[in-house]
Amino acid sequence: MRIILERRPDHSQTMVLLSPVLAIALSLVSFFIIFAVSKIDPFQALYVYFIEPLTALWSIEDLLAKAIPIILIAIGLSFCYQSAVWNIGAEGQLAAGALAGSIIPVLQPTWQGPLVVTAMMVMGVLGGMAYAAIPAVLKIRFNANETLTTLMLVYVANLFLDYVARGPWRDPGGYNFPNSRAFDEGQMLPIVAGDSIRLSIVFVIIAVIAAWFLTSKTITGFKIRVLGMSPRAGAFGGFSRNKMVMMTFLISGGLAGLAGICEVAGPIGQLRTTVSPGYGFTAIIVAFLGRLHPFGILIAGLLLALSYMGGEGAQVALGLSDQTTQVFQGMLLFYVLACDSFIYYRLKIVRQRAVDPALAR
Amino acid sequence: MRKYLVAIGAIAIAAGAVSAANAADKVKACFVYTGPHNDGGWSQQHDEARLAVEKHFGDKVETAYVENVPEGPDAERAIERLARSGCNIIFTTSFGFMDPTLKVAAKFPKVKFEHDAGYKMAENVSIYNMRWYEGRYVQGQIAAKMSKTGVAGYIVSFPIPEVVMGIDAFMLGAQSVNPDFKVKIVWANTWFDPGKEADAAKALIDQGADIIVQHTDSPAAMQIAEERGLHAFGQSADMSKFGPKAHLASLIDNWTPYYIERVQAVLDGTWKSTDTWEGMKADFVLLQPLQNMPDDVKAMAEDTIKKIESGELQVFKGPITKQDGTIGIPAGTVADDKTLLGLNWYVKGIDDKLPQ
Repeated sequence: MRIILERRPDHSQTMVLLSPVLAIALSLVSFFIIFAVSKIDPFQALYVYFIEPLTALWSIEDLLAKAIPIILIAIGLSFCYQSAVWNIGAEGQLAAGALAGSIIPVLQPTWQGPLVVTAMMVMGVLGGMAYAAIPAVLKIRFNANETLTTLMLVYVANLFLDYVARGPWRDPGGYNFPNSRAFDEGQMLPIVAGDSIRLSIVFVIIAVIAAWFLTSKTITGFKIRVLGMSPRAGAFGGFSRNKMVMMTFLISGGLAGLAGICEVAGPIGQLRTTVSPGYGFTAIIVAFLGRLHPFGILIAGLLLALSYMGGEGAQVALGLSDQTTQVFQGMLLFYVLACDSFIYYRLKIVRQRAVDPALAR
Repeated sequence: MRKYLVAIGAIAIAAGAVSAANAADKVKACFVYTGPHNDGGWSQQHDEARLAVEKHFGDKVETAYVENVPEGPDAERAIERLARSGCNIIFTTSFGFMDPTLKVAAKFPKVKFEHDAGYKMAENVSIYNMRWYEGRYVQGQIAAKMSKTGVAGYIVSFPIPEVVMGIDAFMLGAQSVNPDFKVKIVWANTWFDPGKEADAAKALIDQGADIIVQHTDSPAAMQIAEERGLHAFGQSADMSKFGPKAHLASLIDNWTPYYIERVQAVLDGTWKSTDTWEGMKADFVLLQPLQNMPDDVKAMAEDTIKKIESGELQVFKGPITKQDGTIGIPAGTVADDKTLLGLNWYVKGIDDKLPQ
């Protein structure tokens, strides 16, 4: 008896939806075993990780604040990935947006108010778009591999941000420490709920709904998917591959830029040498875990944010290492990818070796 | 039944805490680290002090920590979580935690905060740091004595005042022994990156340096010095085991006396917002173990340490000339703390341009 992977005649719609659920379940089971082996009460650990952050209003607020940039970026990336454009440089586009959006508050500290904040947001979006346009042009004009160009441009953007915050934009009253001046309340997104939920949450809701509308209700969404699955078929249909590359890059760059300026004009409140602890990369996991679907991404983004929150809680309450969170996120991605093989393949148990009647004699 | 007993117990404890007004029976001391608690350098020294606090106070103290906290909004959340989890005193151990610490402190007026390496204070936020430059001065003297080429290589992280202060103090110490001593500098632009630090050490050695000093955290440079048969100074923690023959002395951060004092103050109800900047005298900064050097060099180093501890020797005492030849600190005056905390110039003789 043996087990073989057999290619399905058609890809399984059930597994498309079941795969992330299965992956989460398997991660939880693995987590349970790891805790049990290391002599930590697994029930308590899982409670601290996944339930406790949801039991208090302040921690739900924190969870949303953490999820906002991740979801914004992942929504943008989902457009790229659906059209098979592998933009993995959202982290850099985020930094570009943060920089562009900070021009007004740093250079014109006296300008304040809703108009200024609106201008900052627009400039953040434009900054992210402009930065994403670079790999887009390189791909269209020279057929440069965007996986490489986008990743390399992350380092360029981060080092440039580092230079600006350390050099020309350093706070003159800040003892030489590498930060810009702290923004005033009139240069930040207003708080719309609770203690710390800023207007950026509205941007997330709009982005999710707009993305859903665009992908499932318009011809543009259809074009994106066709070109992603089969560029040749798209070409026959008269869809321009190049236009689509540019468009998906601009959408994802713009949303990453928006996430960047929302962080700077929100939770951070000043331009720093680094503005993101890797949201641009976490968003890649979220985009795939959410099946590149806006609602899926919303849920996946909240789940990843939950794992960060739980990880901190576990450090404080149980003395668990911070690495545990990374192990969980790594396992989750691993299981999603593993389960995804079952979309195109299925397990088949072969009871007996097929016997060739000619050889049997 | 057990549940009720626990609940009654909790109420009793809560009532007890209220009735004791200021003094506390038990303190929960919490720590926020920028790196892993066992990074072999900066965060580990803080964590060792945490363990020393636990050992010193026994049942009277409970500790907790959050590690690998990125600077920015994550820091604010981590600090806030500790504040909510019942910590009475929270030590935030990186410069980048300054604004997050102040923001959380404003929300939790009853919790005491201690921020390391910053400059902003509040009613319930103290600041504390170490005068590492005192140890750097002694290192400079040792380097000038031990070097054959008369050139030291200095690996540095970021051009913030604390780092510039260290470079200047090292040079002043070296010049007190050999006025023609040279210091070459490589900016690694990181606190911790063994690969980069090793490359920097190699580049400096190839340029003629035979003593390596570092203001970065990994033991990589020490290992390179050991390989090349040269000498090096350790940083943050005792790095002698990484270069048994190369190691001259490590500039060790000893946070234990401060942490014990501050936790005691919370226990006694006498905690106040203070600005602490101490060096060798208070045993905050240690230069240990002095090894792989002749007895006369060791004696000189020990003598200088004594003079610094007694206040007889002031590192930043004029006249000190800047790199460009202008006067940095006039004759007869000692630089005040404000000048030092904003220091952004090199002393004369340093072979590098300070990134601005």
